[in-house]
Amino acid sequence: MKINKLMSAAALAALTAFGSTAAMAADKIRIATEGAYMPFNGMNEQGELIGFDVDIARALCAEMQAECEIVAQDWDGIIPGLMGRKYDAIIASMSITEERLRVVDFTDRYYSNVLAYVAPEGKDVDISKAGLEGKTIGAQRATIAGQYLEDNLADVANIKLYDTQDNAYLDLASGRLDVLLSDKFPAYDWLRTEDGKGFEFKGEDIDIDDKIAIAIRKGDPLKEKFNAAIKAIVEDGTYEEINARYFPFSIY
Amino acid sequence: MNWNWDVIVEYFPRLIDGVWVTLELIFLSGLFGLMLAVPLALMRASQSRWLRLLPFGYIFFFRGTPLLVQIFLIYYGASQFDAVRESVLWPILREPYWCAIIAFTLNTAAYSAELIRGAIQAIPKGELEAADAFGMSRWLKIRRIVLPRAFGIVLPAYGNELILMLKSSSLASTITLLDITGAARTIIARTYTPLEIFATAGVLYLTIAAIMIGCFRLLEMRLNRHQHYKMPTELSAVDPRLSD
Repeated sequence: MKINKLMSAAALAALTAFGSTAAMAADKIRIATEGAYMPFNGMNEQGELIGFDVDIARALCAEMQAECEIVAQDWDGIIPGLMGRKYDAIIASMSITEERLRVVDFTDRYYSNVLAYVAPEGKDVDISKAGLEGKTIGAQRATIAGQYLEDNLADVANIKLYDTQDNAYLDLASGRLDVLLSDKFPAYDWLRTEDGKGFEFKGEDIDIDDKIAIAIRKGDPLKEKFNAAIKAIVEDGTYEEINARYFPFSIY
Repeated sequence: MNWNWDVIVEYFPRLIDGVWVTLELIFLSGLFGLMLAVPLALMRASQSRWLRLLPFGYIFFFRGTPLLVQIFLIYYGASQFDAVRESVLWPILREPYWCAIIAFTLNTAAYSAELIRGAIQAIPKGELEAADAFGMSRWLKIRRIVLPRAFGIVLPAYGNELILMLKSSSLASTITLLDITGAARTIIARTYTPLEIFATAGVLYLTIAAIMIGCFRLLEMRLNRHQHYKMPTELSAVDPRLSD
């Protein structure tokens, strides 16, 4: 494998050199988001991408004075798509994790996430490990919540992983799931909808030191540009204004 | 490109767990599907116009809509109704496993019914006439002549249908089942090695398909052995040109 490594390093260097010149020439940044994770990213009735991530992406592009194109991409393939150069950045509420850092780079955070359990109102749910024994717990596949369940509860509980958060909500509503583990902010939004009536947060939030940032390819100079832009919009109040559109509390 | 063998070795047992789920899914739905398809095919091939029309709507729907849509309708759709959630069927319908089997069964039964109908109608008329000449009753004729002959004729096409189903079964991963594809996607969510894991999954599907193809070839050779023509060797002794 050593030769392979050397060759791929050379190929990578060549690709990055080529990639950055191409990006400079076009000066158009393609940004991927998922489009199924309200209120952070979703689609309106016209099929346009909306949400906190999309607003932040637009604000950052305005700050950098860059032309941007925002595209929707399924969560499962969102990192492979970045590596395959289908787009240049992911602004899709993605957490910085060790595993992801092995394959992509992250900018500074643009918000911080906590996890929370959701279950039917009035139902007594003990969220300790012993209390969750034998329960069916759901989360979205390839998320921090899904990983948290696999790492901490796989031995005692029945874990079900969903393609989208929406499908997990559907199964919580149908009663197939006893409890749902989710990022807290999107769940906060869902609990206020018609479908989310009759459900509530259970127990304490789980703080997993989860920083949400923009993913870019390894070594891409876009990182510094994004970092400067994030700093700028936090300082000039643009961030606060976007935050207030979605949550009555700061999520930075 | 760094090909990572370790990740394949480490997660191979989980993919093998997925193989069993996939095999169970196609075996059970194949079995139930066939049980449903035979009476439907007999109805479709019947002389009576009403019997012929009865299964038409069902077959039309299941052949005309994508399997993914059918799975979602059964799994996420049905559970939206309180009536379903309070019914005696809920313990079955709440399980993604049974929802997948129901969807696959109904889907494959619709296709197989049409395949078997074609086979029934392809039985040489003379054989049916012979059965009638013997004075066989309708059911005896179906049992002894129509179904065994149709079974032999339909085999190659039915083997094809089962292989299509093997591949369609990957859609079960969309309703949280950990079949080969579901296991692969869950592993990739953690390791970010889509190439290695999907390639391994592909090899597992290929292996299953190869075994299925082999079984059907054997079955065909055995059941349709009377149809295979082999030139007698004596002919070439008479005139060597005949062996060319």
